[in-house]
Amino acid sequence: MLSIKDLSWSLGSGEEILKNISLELPEGKLTVITGPNGGGKTSLAKLIAGLEKPDSGEISLDGENITDWDITRRSKAGIGYAFQQPVRFKGLNVRDLMELAAQRSLSEREICEILGKVGLCANEYLDRTIDASLSGGEAKRIEIASVLAKKDAKVLVFDEPEAGIDLWSFSSLIDAFERLKATENKSLLIISHQERILEISDYIVVIADGNVTKAGTREEILGGLFGEEKAERCPLGKDKEDNKNA
Amino acid sequence: MLDKTTEELLGIVSDWSGKFNGAYNIRSNGQCAGRQSSENILLENKEDNPGLVVKIKPGTKGETVYIPACVTKGGINDLVYNDFFVGEGADVTIVAGCGVHTDDGHDVRHHGIHRFILDKGARVLYKEKHIGTGAGGGAKHIDPVTEVIQGEDSYLEMDTIQIGGVDRTFRKTTGTLGKGAQLVIKERIMTEGTQTANTDFAVELNGEDSSVDIVSRSVAKGQSYQEYHSKISGNARCKGHSECDAILADKGRVNAAPELFAGDLDAELIHEAAIGKIAGEQIIKLQTLGLSEEEAEAKIIEGFLRG
Ligand SMILES: Nc1ncnc2c1ncn2[C@@H]1O[C@H](COP(=O)(O)OP(=O)(O)OP(=O)(O)O)[C@@H](O)[C@H]1O
Ligand SMILES: [Mg+2]
Repeated sequence: MLSIKDLSWSLGSGEEILKNISLELPEGKLTVITGPNGGGKTSLAKLIAGLEKPDSGEISLDGENITDWDITRRSKAGIGYAFQQPVRFKGLNVRDLMELAAQRSLSEREICEILGKVGLCANEYLDRTIDASLSGGEAKRIEIASVLAKKDAKVLVFDEPEAGIDLWSFSSLIDAFERLKATENKSLLIISHQERILEISDYIVVIADGNVTKAGTREEILGGLFGEEKAERCPLGKDKEDNKNA
Repeated sequence: MLDKTTEELLGIVSDWSGKFNGAYNIRSNGQCAGRQSSENILLENKEDNPGLVVKIKPGTKGETVYIPACVTKGGINDLVYNDFFVGEGADVTIVAGCGVHTDDGHDVRHHGIHRFILDKGARVLYKEKHIGTGAGGGAKHIDPVTEVIQGEDSYLEMDTIQIGGVDRTFRKTTGTLGKGAQLVIKERIMTEGTQTANTDFAVELNGEDSSVDIVSRSVAKGQSYQEYHSKISGNARCKGHSECDAILADKGRVNAAPELFAGDLDAELIHEAAIGKIAGEQIIKLQTLGLSEEEAEAKIIEGFLRG
């Protein structure tokens, strides 16, 4: 289990981006972080993966304090992170990246299996360089696949996996997430604005302006997000004021 | 008999596995250490200078000719002239690797002057790998001069790589292209320590619809220094593209000076150059997959030079 306690992070300029964030990611559960743009979701993911260091607070994995560990050490301990913006390389191809993630050489069949989870057909992509020639959606799916290929994964963080991905690939991805959580007992953290992902979550955390503004089980939170609020915003022909007065 | 060092170098630079399939000439310390012609590819001594004349019959298809050269002793300065005449409609691969090795304090140098004359419609894939090995204070030099004369609708692809260990290199490549001729050059150079590499291209696009595409990728590590210069002259309706892409590490330095000359209204010439260190996010991405910073950097460079 990954636990985060009172985590705060600010920019060099002093601007506070994350303020006393606490949350837990239990094994075999899927937690979704959602919330407005600029709220601090990606920043939190970077702190978890070790790309940034907090000003204060603690991150622990299975009871061990990993706050001071660097990126590599956290990865080796099982933390994976699929970037919101995929990274492009001039020389590495898809096979290279998958093998680096798995830390061994992979057969074509194995790579095919991994790429299939994000709706890509391996044969066409195995030797494709991960450079600017890939479309946005292709690059995004390869980025996600690299984390699915990761060796010894325990805690997997996906930053807006839905972005730029077509409906068909997205369905395969949802299946993959469900399998990771239920069959493989991983802790999943998915940053998302997507209803389908919220629907398969166990817990939902809303982060806005660097704070956890809501947290609870899916049932508790979704009621609030899509129940009352939806009714309030869509008054079926009436405007908001009318609805409130009604 | 080849000595062990020569065999090792041959393995690295020319896919040698104890033998070659097809025509070949092995040059070792300035001497011929084995030669074989085939029915379609004839290798002969050059009359005026040390070196070879390689004649490839018109219509020869799918054959490979190997002409590796190794210098394995300090104090040798090996100068060789090789001419290739590729007949009309031939389609062949030429593998020319070079390894230089010195264990003592004396310098070692290979200076290969290659001339390719392609007849109408001939197609050639030219592969060249360079490496320097051995300890000792002697400097390892490889200085290739390549001159290409391409006839109508011919195609030449030059795939060259300097893997490492070469202290000084001066590479000079010139091309003269006729109507519809295409020249594709992929060059990769890695330098480290106090090595220097200097590469210079001059291509004259003289024929209508001729084209050249030069892509040079370099990695300058340590205190090494590389210089890239290309000049493409478009003298007819033609297309020219050159790209110099360099990665810097440590205190490496690179000077890229591309030059384009358009002497015809319908000459389309483009140059791209990018020099910089490895983007931090590339290293970080590989770290999140479990690689250390050094491992990530090595993998990125390996891929960059292979691609
Ligand atoms: N390195 C940085 N330099 C400047 N500002 C930063 C930096 N990193 C984050 N920020 C700022 O911190 C805030 C939170 O950014 P973050 O990327 O975490 O938001 P987010 O919740 O992931 O947003 P989105 O939904 O748009 O992806 C934003 O205002 C952002 O501009
Ligand atoms: Mg974000």
